[in-house]
Amino acid sequence: MILGIDTSVGTAVAVVEADGVVLAEASSANPLGHAEVIGDLLQTVLGTARADAPLGHAGAGTPGERPAITAIAAGMGPGPFTGLRVGIAAARTFALGRGVPVIPVVSHDAAALGILLDQALLGETDAEPGRFAIVTDARRREFAYTVYEGMDDDGLPIRVTEPALTPRDEIDTVLAGFGAERRDTTAVSAAMVALVAARALAAGREVGPRDALYLRSPDVTLPAGPKKVGV
Amino acid sequence: MSATEPLVLGIETSCDETGIGIVRGRTLLSNTIASSMDEHARYGGVVPEVAARAHLEALQPAIEAALAEAQVRLADIDAVAVTSGPGLAGALMVGVGAAKALAVALDKPLYAVNHLVGHIAADLLDADAEPLEYPTIALLVSGGHTSLLLVRDLTSDVELLGETVDDAAGEAFDKIARILGLPYPGGPEIDRAAASGSDGLGGTRAGDPNAIRFPRGLSRASDLAEHRYDFSFSGLKTAVARWVEQQDAAGQPVSTADVAASFREAVVDVLVTKALAACADYGVPRLLLGGGVIANRRLREVALERAEAAGVTVRIPPLSLCTDNGAMIAALASELIMAGRTPSTMAFGADSTLPITDIQVAGEAG
Ligand SMILES: [Zn+2]
Repeated sequence: MILGIDTSVGTAVAVVEADGVVLAEASSANPLGHAEVIGDLLQTVLGTARADAPLGHAGAGTPGERPAITAIAAGMGPGPFTGLRVGIAAARTFALGRGVPVIPVVSHDAAALGILLDQALLGETDAEPGRFAIVTDARRREFAYTVYEGMDDDGLPIRVTEPALTPRDEIDTVLAGFGAERRDTTAVSAAMVALVAARALAAGREVGPRDALYLRSPDVTLPAGPKKVGV
Repeated sequence: MSATEPLVLGIETSCDETGIGIVRGRTLLSNTIASSMDEHARYGGVVPEVAARAHLEALQPAIEAALAEAQVRLADIDAVAVTSGPGLAGALMVGVGAAKALAVALDKPLYAVNHLVGHIAADLLDADAEPLEYPTIALLVSGGHTSLLLVRDLTSDVELLGETVDDAAGEAFDKIARILGLPYPGGPEIDRAAASGSDGLGGTRAGDPNAIRFPRGLSRASDLAEHRYDFSFSGLKTAVARWVEQQDAAGQPVSTADVAASFREAVVDVLVTKALAACADYGVPRLLLGGGVIANRRLREVALERAEAAGVTVRIPPLSLCTDNGAMIAALASELIMAGRTPSTMAFGADSTLPITDIQVAGEAG
């Protein structure tokens, strides 16, 4: 079982089986308050997964007492930094607590996989696989975007561009340049984050970055020599 | 869980130190600190976003190092403790998220505690000291806070007598260091300059603490009515800057040694005067010092000297426990557990202005 955690937009957690079956999912759409809700959300999904999952899985968990989580999928962004860090920190310490690995996932990959799976369900697979871009709020009048086109043999979305930032009023021009349809995203599913991780694990691939996807330096101004104050 | 000697892991991320501490009851097993101070040096002060990024990277290795030093496994831990506030919001949130997930993963109780009260709890870990006696006045001085407290009981009754109305004392040291062209952090640099700084004439010598009479903030009779135990350092900062500029403008030599020593004397004087006034007013002959600025030798010296004259006993925890650390957070939670308090409920967040009266957040009396 994989525990997915993503705080790149709201706060989302989920427990999925390695084959993608979602055992439990809980989220808060609040773009703030990640630190407040994450503990309760984790307890909720683990409680549900405990009730529904077959007991006695191999792994770090005690059979019959808690779900045997075998890996933690962490949404690494892009997303507003303060909230994003809460989920990554939680993923890392949860993994430490259970003695299991963290599988980093690009949060936009999870959103893209959700769209691709929806398309497949709706029987749109025969249609020309269109290019589309996941677009999320990056604050400071910017968007974060990643362009995708179809799924590879491992069932993972194919990135045409790496995640990047652009001023809000230039996004349509930028996406037109890639021939990508704009898909504004206001929620990232933790189940999809976990599924990306499950597929990456199955394929033996690393698809996410080790560090948070900030895409922006901490903006600080260097003091210019000794500071003059007063009159 | 052991109610007499709980094994507690504490997480502290309120400013620029990622602190992981492990205690058993009142016994210190590990005080692991990863500091991002060097990253802030080029900016001349703590940059919140830089600090928060550093916490995220340091947490996991710091927890692993603390466990190795304490020679315990996470499975052995009885409870997890974390700083809920006060401090930098974005930095605090990293610790809160980490602590909650760790507690849920281990299925262990979580205690969210007050950073300032943690500074007092640090004293309990001093194995060589006599037990802390109540009530005591506590003076906490660091780059993030300057607070004067009346502690009747660490786990249930801490009162804020006064605090800084503008800069923290440590910040004042950083700003004056910048005015004098000295590097960050300012505390040790000001000390160094006061001990052997420029005499303004091409040589070096010890500074004269009485060379320049800088103002003592909120110390006039008119201020004392309303701000008897409050501190203010922004006027002092302006006075030092103005003095240096006036000397420069008049073509007079500026002795960095004298400015540093006189500035430091003004800070130390007002800190010690107000702390001892609180001791006298409340009839409490005990003063506990805490916070990173206690590393300042002159502050300790003057406090000990004047306290002795006033018949006040001074306690100073080991300096490694005075700076921000996770062991003090674990120590406070350990006291709460031993006092029978129930764990914090999960809904708490990071509170950058958490009041001192909230010793434990989102917990009920047991
Ligand atoms: Zn502190």
